[in-house]
Amino acid sequence: MYVSLINRRSFVKKMAIMSAMTAAASMFPGILFAGEQEKNLPKGNLDWKKAPCRFCGVGCGVLVGIDNGKAVAVKGDPNSPVNKGLCCVKGYHSVMALYGKDRLTKPLVKKNGRYVETSMKEALDLVASKMQETIKDYGKDAVSIYGSGQWTIPDGYVASKLFKGCIGTNNVEANARLCMASAVTGFLTSFGIDEPMGCYEDIDHANVFVLWGNNMAEMHPVLFSRLLDQRLKRGVKIIDFATRTTRTSMAADKSIIFKPNTDLAVANAICYEIIENGWVNQSFVEKYCNFSKGLTNMGYGLEDNYQFNDKPEAISFKDFKTFLKDYTPEKVEKISGVSAKDIKYMASHYGNPNTKVMSLWCMGPNQHTRGTWMNNLIYNIHLLTGKISTPGNSPFSLTGQPSACGTVREVGTLTHKLPHGVVTNEEDRKHAAEIWNVPVENISPKPTYHTVEMFRALDRGDIRFMWIQVTNPMVTMPKLKRYRDATKKEGRFIVVSDVYPTPTTDIADVILPSAMWIEREGMYGNSERRTQYFEKMVEPLGEAVSDTWQLIEVARRLGYERQFYYKEETHIEEIYNEYSKHHEGKKHGMAPLEVLKSQPGAQWPYVEGKSTQWRFNAEYDPACSNGEKFHFYGKPDGKAVIWQRPYEPAPEEPDNDYPFWLCTGRVVEHWHTGSMTRRIPVLHKAMPNGYVELNPGQAKEMQIKTGDKVRVSSRRGEIVLPASVNERGVPERNQVFVPFFDENMLINDVTLDAFCPISKQPDYKKCAVKIEKV
Amino acid sequence: MPIKSYLAHPHSGRKESLAKALNTLSNCEVIPAENENLLIVVTETDNQEQEDKLKQTIESLEDLKLMAMVSGFDVPKDK
Repeated sequence: MYVSLINRRSFVKKMAIMSAMTAAASMFPGILFAGEQEKNLPKGNLDWKKAPCRFCGVGCGVLVGIDNGKAVAVKGDPNSPVNKGLCCVKGYHSVMALYGKDRLTKPLVKKNGRYVETSMKEALDLVASKMQETIKDYGKDAVSIYGSGQWTIPDGYVASKLFKGCIGTNNVEANARLCMASAVTGFLTSFGIDEPMGCYEDIDHANVFVLWGNNMAEMHPVLFSRLLDQRLKRGVKIIDFATRTTRTSMAADKSIIFKPNTDLAVANAICYEIIENGWVNQSFVEKYCNFSKGLTNMGYGLEDNYQFNDKPEAISFKDFKTFLKDYTPEKVEKISGVSAKDIKYMASHYGNPNTKVMSLWCMGPNQHTRGTWMNNLIYNIHLLTGKISTPGNSPFSLTGQPSACGTVREVGTLTHKLPHGVVTNEEDRKHAAEIWNVPVENISPKPTYHTVEMFRALDRGDIRFMWIQVTNPMVTMPKLKRYRDATKKEGRFIVVSDVYPTPTTDIADVILPSAMWIEREGMYGNSERRTQYFEKMVEPLGEAVSDTWQLIEVARRLGYERQFYYKEETHIEEIYNEYSKHHEGKKHGMAPLEVLKSQPGAQWPYVEGKSTQWRFNAEYDPACSNGEKFHFYGKPDGKAVIWQRPYEPAPEEPDNDYPFWLCTGRVVEHWHTGSMTRRIPVLHKAMPNGYVELNPGQAKEMQIKTGDKVRVSSRRGEIVLPASVNERGVPERNQVFVPFFDENMLINDVTLDAFCPISKQPDYKKCAVKIEKV
Repeated sequence: MPIKSYLAHPHSGRKESLAKALNTLSNCEVIPAENENLLIVVTETDNQEQEDKLKQTIESLEDLKLMAMVSGFDVPKDK
């Protein structure tokens, strides 16, 4: 349901109501507040249809009210086990994002520096001919596609099939590289298989929640309300472990602040305490775990063509114990600023055999130059104590986009990936080639460029053609100026498919208007391995066409009619059925489409008519085949890996010239770059522009008040923003926070393009800046 | 200017009378659940002192069994 909120205060009041409704819904499944929900709905008989929400990775189920061919209302789907009938403020207003005044409705082609309207047919002809021309002149690795965790599953699938299977280039990447890549490499290195072993139902069983650098109250409000509900109902504890005080910290039972990048040291200190106090689950570790170490001092990927390949080496438990001697709580207190007492407090919850612990994280550990290591370290804690893969004992990596899991991770729209497996594996290539109906030689065994390197290649001229769909890299790329300038160089051709004008459409040679969300049919996959279907509910505006169909049309123009045989009226069903073949089997089987149509999603592995809630646990997971209680079947020997990963400093730390840490992130009102939520008047009014949060004491010393203009500068660039003091979040001294949703205040002109050498995910949470009152 | 939301649990069979009593209080909005013995109470006051007094008044209502805060915000006055 969306309501007309006229100011920030009434918006906040609505938030308070929704928090209470969410908490109530978790306590009393199916509880109805019909009066409140119905109050502002349009009159008349609406046709209600189910869909997953368009915004974050939680994947709330919504019901969309259709009247005369227009989406006019939204309410939470009471049948959805994710949100139990409720939505956050973005979800409640989501249909308004369809009808912003400046929706792109006509294809536009840049001619002599000006955009000229054209037909979709002509625009797609031009795209296809430019691709052919580029391949002829520069080779197949000169064309690329950059997509998104907002791609539907069919969008990503046809993109991968076209580029990897037909054209024969691995130049396929997606913006999930910027948000989830470290989670993926964390899973792969620790378990050999991607995505969480648990599910949201863990929240109903855990006694303690440790939030690792995760402002859930703003980023995942519906799930956070479920935590709050459990506190009311069962007295669970919430520990917020973060670098700044947020709404989450304020709501938590305990807030523990650490110095940037030192979460690595604290996680190791927790492991030290677990071992030192005899809290190791010996039988679990002996039966189900191996110990390994990898290379260290890997660098930070700051130079072009940076390469890194880890060299894992087996170690013993004794070696691991010796390594941890450098991480006693007292030693780590000096590095991290976290008291030894607080480290012991955290460790004691993990170590208590009678306590079920859920660790939750998202961008904090992922957008980290040692992001893979951070993910490994959290798994270490759960593996050492055996608190994993059982209800309530759950290391849970959350996602930020509606189909970061479903499309990018499961379809595999990253340079090294295939829908099943990786391009470097011959068997995986054969499997994909057979389903795609292409010669196996078409699929290159060599990954090409990860996202940062892809834009660097565009700058160098190694890539000449880039097709960008449903993402906004001209707001989100770190060290943005370099990559913005790259797109303007001679001999580059950029195609952008989107729903609104953005700084990314500004750099396009061709702009293709896309059908958005329920204007087309599709599926998303959320954080808990839940695949959700939505039907086409309304007609797309103007000449807008789905990203899936744009790709199919271009593929046919390139001569791949045989592979892109789909009929327009049934193409989504045909694509999903074809895609499901890649994952057949007990480890990743997908639910049939008719099941997805009949209920609010299903979780893979979907085996014999049933979703799997807890993987690797023989009681719940039919893929376990070793005859034991647990089976980490992603690894050849069925064992998970406890990794020796040290603390290392960030690539750029504050110094005399740039004395502040900069952390960037989101706000509850806006989703990512705000290209949709800033078109929703109530959300835009509630949070109209970017700002820089300062430490209150330091702001006073610098004579800076809320609203004063402040220059934030780094070695890469500078911007001027209004100050925010003691408003929403409170940074520590010598730290500032800036949200990235405002395209008029591009904080990524300031950030650094350093990344995790293993995952290649950039670190948006740490670089050095200078702060000056203007 | 505090805005807070609470879940209010009435004594058995007293939901309607509790809602009625709460509705007589200023700075207080009530949203009763349709199908459970529960009400959402939202308070919107000018300052903490007023908030504390209002909470005290609500907690003294005979029909109320238990009240628990869900969220609390402190926002500036409307511009």
